[in-house]
Amino acid sequence: MIDFIRQPWPWYFSGIMIVVIMLLLNFWGKSFGFSSNLRTMCSIAGAGKKVKFFDFDWKAQRWNLLFLVGAIIGGWISSEFLSNPKALDLSAATVKDLQEMGVHFNGQLNPDELFALDALASPKTWFLLLFGGVLVGFGSRYAGGCTSGHAISGLSNLQLPSLVAVIGFFIGGLIMTWLVLPFLI
Amino acid sequence: MKSIKYILAGILFGIIMSKSEAVSWFRIQEMFRFQSFHMYGIIGTAVVLGVIAVFLIKKFQLKDSENQLIQFPEKESSYKKYIIGGTIFGLGWALTGACPGPMFVNLGYGYLTMLIVIFGSLLGTYLYGLLKDKLPH
Repeated sequence: MIDFIRQPWPWYFSGIMIVVIMLLLNFWGKSFGFSSNLRTMCSIAGAGKKVKFFDFDWKAQRWNLLFLVGAIIGGWISSEFLSNPKALDLSAATVKDLQEMGVHFNGQLNPDELFALDALASPKTWFLLLFGGVLVGFGSRYAGGCTSGHAISGLSNLQLPSLVAVIGFFIGGLIMTWLVLPFLI
Repeated sequence: MKSIKYILAGILFGIIMSKSEAVSWFRIQEMFRFQSFHMYGIIGTAVVLGVIAVFLIKKFQLKDSENQLIQFPEKESSYKKYIIGGTIFGLGWALTGACPGPMFVNLGYGYLTMLIVIFGSLLGTYLYGLLKDKLPH
């Protein structure tokens, strides 16, 4: 049984469960959207005193912060008790492309070149992680949502603006992957 | 006690995202290189089922646990902010391999370097708030 759980879960199961999570939140009167938490965290840190955008009643978002805490615990449970002993089944073409770019496929979730603690010896790693984070934070608030708010909640509600945002996600993702990343890493 | 259910939903989310490898930088690269169906399968299944579920909830006017009609917020109908903001988000998504949810799932998984990405995303959110009125929307 535990071996069965430890192997990677298929995409369709994941897709179904993401909708289950969205519906659970809907039935509790909430809306699935993760990046709002970043705004809430800025408000808690006191950003509302200087910038009006952060001056809102963040206590109404407490539930979402709890969801965030759960997400961290869920990640921990997965690595501690449910992790797959075998290497991630990445496409051979991707392995080859990344190798040419200087990123070695280690069989784990994330590459050592960017996410291993040793990589922090290089200032470049700090810059890439920080800069990437800034883009995600800035872009998700600018677009009014991230993958959960637009690609899942928004598209499920047939919102045209969400489709535009998702197209934007892909334009940016393709530019970064094909045109920028080879020179950055 | 009422709050615990949100933590449990978050735990479920974290496990699902980890076990289906949607939190993997490698999987996101594979997606943007069109070299696997995996991520498209996850998002595609979720969207198709989500559309059906939301349609049915509206059609049968289902109520939530507080006995209120379940409402789905309409997004503002402007397009600039979605395409510009979305593109900036996409640049960061492909670079870090993580959107906001997976950043925290990865942190729990043991990738402590994600703290830098998380700090960056808070900084980016703050910058947006600071510049909001000067940006085209």
